[in-house]
Amino acid sequence: MAEKPKLGMYWASSCGGCEISLVNLDEKILDIAANFDFVFCPCLLDTKKADIEAMPDGGLALTFFNGAIRTAENEEMARLLRAKSQTLAAFGACACEGSIPGLANLSGREDLFKAVYLDNPSTQNQMKTIPQAFTGVPEGGLRIPEFCERVKTLKDVVAVDYFLPGCPPEPSRVWSVVEAIISGKPLGPKGGVIGAGDCAVCDECPRTKKDKRLKRFFRTWEIVPDTESCLLEQGLVCMGIATRSGCGGLCPRVNMPCTGCYGPPAGVSDQGAKMVGALGSILDVEPLRGLSEEDLEREIEGRRAFLPDPAGTFYKYSLPGSILKGARK
Amino acid sequence: MADSGILAFEPKVVGFLCNWCSYAGADKAGAAQIPYPPNVNIIRVACTGRVDPVFILKAFEMGADGVLILACHPGDCHYKEGNLRAFQRHRILLRLLRDLGVEEERVRFDYVSAGEGDKFVKVISETVEALRNLGPMNGDSSKIHALSDDSHGGFHGQHIA
Repeated sequence: MAEKPKLGMYWASSCGGCEISLVNLDEKILDIAANFDFVFCPCLLDTKKADIEAMPDGGLALTFFNGAIRTAENEEMARLLRAKSQTLAAFGACACEGSIPGLANLSGREDLFKAVYLDNPSTQNQMKTIPQAFTGVPEGGLRIPEFCERVKTLKDVVAVDYFLPGCPPEPSRVWSVVEAIISGKPLGPKGGVIGAGDCAVCDECPRTKKDKRLKRFFRTWEIVPDTESCLLEQGLVCMGIATRSGCGGLCPRVNMPCTGCYGPPAGVSDQGAKMVGALGSILDVEPLRGLSEEDLEREIEGRRAFLPDPAGTFYKYSLPGSILKGARK
Repeated sequence: MADSGILAFEPKVVGFLCNWCSYAGADKAGAAQIPYPPNVNIIRVACTGRVDPVFILKAFEMGADGVLILACHPGDCHYKEGNLRAFQRHRILLRLLRDLGVEEERVRFDYVSAGEGDKFVKVISETVEALRNLGPMNGDSSKIHALSDDSHGGFHGQHIA
């Protein structure tokens, strides 16, 4: 019997949800095992980094790389797996756009260490110890991977063949990709997005959409939205309008606004700015007509107050992948 | 400064001007030969309602230190409400940029009518002065030369949505 192609999956700065998504293929995981030799996955298997290093370059047919690049170790593993993989796919929102770990880019490393190791009310740290890449001890020196100043996406560090977005990618979409690979179907041009659509989530959302004319925004705890009409029209900041389709509109189907996990739709370089454009358009301009320039200022100030955390809301999954990549220093 | 051999910082500004009011206002300033700082690369748009906030971030990415959006006065929009939408977008964008550490002065929205050549000059001068005090956006504003060299082709010639 011919040797099966080798499959790897690695987690960098991630939560483990992407691996859960893979095992949520349920019995289809057996089809993966039938078609691939699943050789590397620290979450599920006992193979080590040294085993990968011992492989020839290109020894892995396919690697799903999930997680953002947060530490020097993440970066080192990204380079190693790039060299060892014929096809390297960014798996999930963190590897594609930086996602939740990427919100750390709203602060710098120093602020993060201060918040976590010094100011955290439940932490006792009288010696004010914070992690150092190198610590001298009487026996010699200790090294741990350096914590980067900024969270990066996988493609900021290595060349990426395909992007599989989602937090996590929906198992059905993961399967569609795996099935295409098994059956030898083309995945599309390199550097493209697979396992997702090109349009906005609205395209898959079954809710009725009409004219959008908002008076104000609401947070999810302030109203109980009806189950039929567009959540954005009801005043909830639903990110679906600036988010790539692929999930099937899961959140709006259960009365929760989209939070944007599939990243920007095809052709959009900045999810947050696109959301600003959308919200600025659908806030009803009718009450603004005839107002003086001063009254306009007052009116928009009131409307804007209902958006308490625009960066955290609009860039929840895409800050390191956005144009500014994070807060300026 | 000149004696020390160090070049003073010259802010690069991208200005999105409405075709109907503000661009005509800029023309008026030109026709009247009122001097103003040459730091602004003007991009004429059909309406400020066309200015996607992505354009503004893209301008920063390409090396701009500041962006101007000049619209018709409220009530004067050729398309009735494009300027009001542009205004709303601008104010929401400012709130977002605050979280990202971008100073308010870097993205200015103002109204300039076709007759207000003097106001155009005032807005440009104030903006350039404010940016001079703030310093460069990225520490490298060289890339924007490409913009002025090929008459705005840098923006129109590529995919920027």
